Amino acid sequence: MSENLTHLIPELFLVIFNLSFLCVMLFVKSSAILLNCNKLAALALIITAVLVHFNSIEANPIINGFYTSNEFTAFFKILILFLSSVILYLSDAYLKKNDLLKYEFPILINFSVFGMLVVISSNDLMTLYLGIEIQSLSLYVIAAYRRDNLKSTEAGLKYFILGALSSGLLLYGISLVYGTTGSTQFHTIYSAIMYTDRTLGLQIGMVFLLSAIAFKFAAFPFHMWTPDVYDGSPTPVTAFMAIVPKLAIGAILAKVLFDVFGGISDKWQLVLVFLSGGSMIIGSFGAIAQSNIKRILGYSSIGHVGFALMGLAAVSPEGLSGFIIYLFLYSIMMLGIFAFILNMEKDGVLVTDIYLLAKYSEKNPAISFALSLILFSLAGIPPLAGFICKLYVMMAIINSGLVYLALVGAIVSVIGAFYYLRIVYIIYFSESDDKIDANIPVGHLFILFLSSTAIVVGTYNLLGIEPLTRAAAESLLY
Amino acid sequence: MDYILSLITFLPLLGALIVGLFVPGSDTQSSENAKRVSFVTSIIVFLLSLVMFSEFDKNSSDFQFVEEFLWLGFFNYKLGVDGISVILILLTTGMMPLVFLSSWTTSKRVKEYLISFLILETLMVGVFVSLDIFLFYVFFEAGLIPMFLIIGIWGGQERVFASFKFFLYTLLGSILMLVAMIIMWDLSGTTDITKLLNYEFESEPFYILGVYIPSGIQTLLWLGFFASFAVKLPMFPVHTWLPDAHVQAPTGGSVLLAAILLKMGGYGFIRFSIPMFYDASLYFQSFIFILSIIAIIYTSLVALVQTDMKKLIAYSSVAHMGFVTLGLFSLNQQGIDGAIFQMVSHGFISAALFLIVGVVYERTSTREILAFGGLIRRMPNYAMVFMVLTLANVGLPGTSGFIGEFLSLVGVFQVAPLYAFFGALGVVLSACYGLLLYKKVILGELIKENLKRINDISFREKFCLYPLVLLIIFFGIYPKPIIETYSVTVANYLQILN
Repeated sequence: MSENLTHLIPELFLVIFNLSFLCVMLFVKSSAILLNCNKLAALALIITAVLVHFNSIEANPIINGFYTSNEFTAFFKILILFLSSVILYLSDAYLKKNDLLKYEFPILINFSVFGMLVVISSNDLMTLYLGIEIQSLSLYVIAAYRRDNLKSTEAGLKYFILGALSSGLLLYGISLVYGTTGSTQFHTIYSAIMYTDRTLGLQIGMVFLLSAIAFKFAAFPFHMWTPDVYDGSPTPVTAFMAIVPKLAIGAILAKVLFDVFGGISDKWQLVLVFLSGGSMIIGSFGAIAQSNIKRILGYSSIGHVGFALMGLAAVSPEGLSGFIIYLFLYSIMMLGIFAFILNMEKDGVLVTDIYLLAKYSEKNPAISFALSLILFSLAGIPPLAGFICKLYVMMAIINSGLVYLALVGAIVSVIGAFYYLRIVYIIYFSESDDKIDANIPVGHLFILFLSSTAIVVGTYNLLGIEPLTRAAAESLLY
Repeated sequence: MDYILSLITFLPLLGALIVGLFVPGSDTQSSENAKRVSFVTSIIVFLLSLVMFSEFDKNSSDFQFVEEFLWLGFFNYKLGVDGISVILILLTTGMMPLVFLSSWTTSKRVKEYLISFLILETLMVGVFVSLDIFLFYVFFEAGLIPMFLIIGIWGGQERVFASFKFFLYTLLGSILMLVAMIIMWDLSGTTDITKLLNYEFESEPFYILGVYIPSGIQTLLWLGFFASFAVKLPMFPVHTWLPDAHVQAPTGGSVLLAAILLKMGGYGFIRFSIPMFYDASLYFQSFIFILSIIAIIYTSLVALVQTDMKKLIAYSSVAHMGFVTLGLFSLNQQGIDGAIFQMVSHGFISAALFLIVGVVYERTSTREILAFGGLIRRMPNYAMVFMVLTLANVGLPGTSGFIGEFLSLVGVFQVAPLYAFFGALGVVLSACYGLLLYKKVILGELIKENLKRINDISFREKFCLYPLVLLIIFFGIYPKPIIETYSVTVANYLQILN
């Protein structure tokens, strides 16, 4: 037993830190610590990442088969921990400015991250359910973090109600799968599916499960909440929701598909084609009429989820690796964009209207250039990294013979290019005098430039993550 | 000589970096410096490409100066030139100094302007040197970004509409090409152009959803590439972005658009569509001929009624590109030789024509044909240059325009005399609009008040225009240097295909 627990050290560390941090902060009156609570929490996340890195890799499931700890989980965990700590750091200035800086915020974020770690590592439908609930519950609360704001409250409530529905779906799916296969453990289900009949109950259960996960992933047709919640939540929360859960849910989606339902990939492939194609279409058409940058990014994330799912729909190691690369680069690009959006202000008031970016390039040529690079990359224009990852998933899907899905992706990416270009156009060409006067802190600028440098350098070698994703994909498949 | 292609390709990018990072300030002096840096960079690149050309072996049809580096594994960084691409590289690098000279008077956001053009030069050269389909695609597509900004920031009144139209049209075309490229990679297992040229794609007909597909997968791939190159060239009916983009782009942008960017479409046809999908090309031959004939006659007629000088020239570009596609898809030596010559010659002529329009636009801020008249009284040199260019555009013997059109028509005549007849009709029509334009702008009495004080072309403008005029006449009389550069390559292509 004690042997087993060593694999849990990172998670244990994080949860113990969270609980003790909560207890301690109740009594701390010192403003110095209160002001730095975000940074403390971010530090804890980084320590956890280091612990994950040095934790041993175990090919087989541990703790009676409830848990796994392999290359795949380690890759995603480290990524998530680092990204969350960066977001915590980025949100610091925003929270201070808007008088929202309370120690509950980092604690909730950290609990959500803890939930994601559990989700990624879960090897049992129950662990999976518990992990998803922990991460979602924290997110419901921080979506409504701005209590006195109508939109924020609405966002939280909307997210909660729809999220509860999806949890119901998830549980129902789990019970159906359990009912037909007699187990909740991934490997047992996998072999049960391989050696028994594929009953209708199993297939319905699988569809329920996938729907619930697709809901958390904000894939069509379960995407409705995304623009509203992204728009209503405070911007740091939007940044968090747009980046980190996508990775965790993406990881578990890949895991459920290949580790649990790997035997019936012919059944779920069409489901994924549908999710992927629909998401790409909704993501590109939905944003055309929007002028609020948070809503635009909401739709944009739906579209990118669609592209990433294309990799899974290919049902091949290349596709899986493309899926991971896609999620990784997507999170890098989004991080850069949000480092900028968090500072969009006009006369001290936060704004989200893209038309206020008019002529931004005249005052800040360097920032505009970095931002435009990221936008072009999101649109998938070569040679930027955003193009390379689109290329990866499209190659995988064509290799699997689903040329029509690649065609859909190709055509909608032209439509999607329109709204990214529109932002570039406003930054560079627009004549309006209504300008934002953001003063971007050095740290944020650093993240923005780092992100845009990464997408340029990524063209050359994908930041060296390709071998990592291959290893991760292989540890999942075999 | 090992890395000369990389050097030619990326030196402009270095120039852009220097302009961006080491030329501080935004006053007149620093923008003057930035202009000098860019001009010198482009001159050096041109000289380098001349050196490369002097080392180039015209009697070999192989790719030369090949360099290859591992990139992302399944596709690599591989460069090389053959007779067809080397001539287009020379055209590109030779045009850039003229572009910088012609935009010497730009005063709006000069540094960004120069950086965009330098980056664009890298990408244009990259298109012609890349020997890997994905690398080709990267260069081909990335050129949209600087061009989008050039039209959008420094363009005319309707620039936003024009830049979006340009971008989305071309993107839609090329993304279909990307899908076709991935399928090619999937089928052949390689992205190397030299290997793909020797790979035979299946041409067995089959049915998709009950639709009969002649020549099988070749047809589908051919269509994917066609979508991209037809938009880029542009061919009827997807040519409508060109007049908008041309009219709104600044002079330098128009020059590059006409002289180089359009040639990428023709280059794509000769590099990919014809040698790799020969059966499909044969199948679509008359389809292309019909589209080209429509382009030649219809756009010539449209050009007749234009009131904007740039728009007129833009439509005439579409008509002249019709000769390129006619020649290419005649699939014989004369036709293809003529088409490539026409591309080069049109590069000279259209670039010079846009410069000519730029000259009066700079002085009067209008391009309306009716706003001019009788310029010959104040601008004799201008009138002389304009005359030569008009006649070259018409295709008068003795100018380079004649050689290209004549050879293309000879090529077509061998396979389809009727189309050659209609093509020749286009030459007559081009005389109509060309001479009409000349008469309205240059001849007649000088009655407009604002034109009475207009000055003749300056030394700088002469420096841009005279070389082009000389080249047009020289190659009109003695086209051999150009044709012999690529004729071996073309002959080899045709030998393999037949």
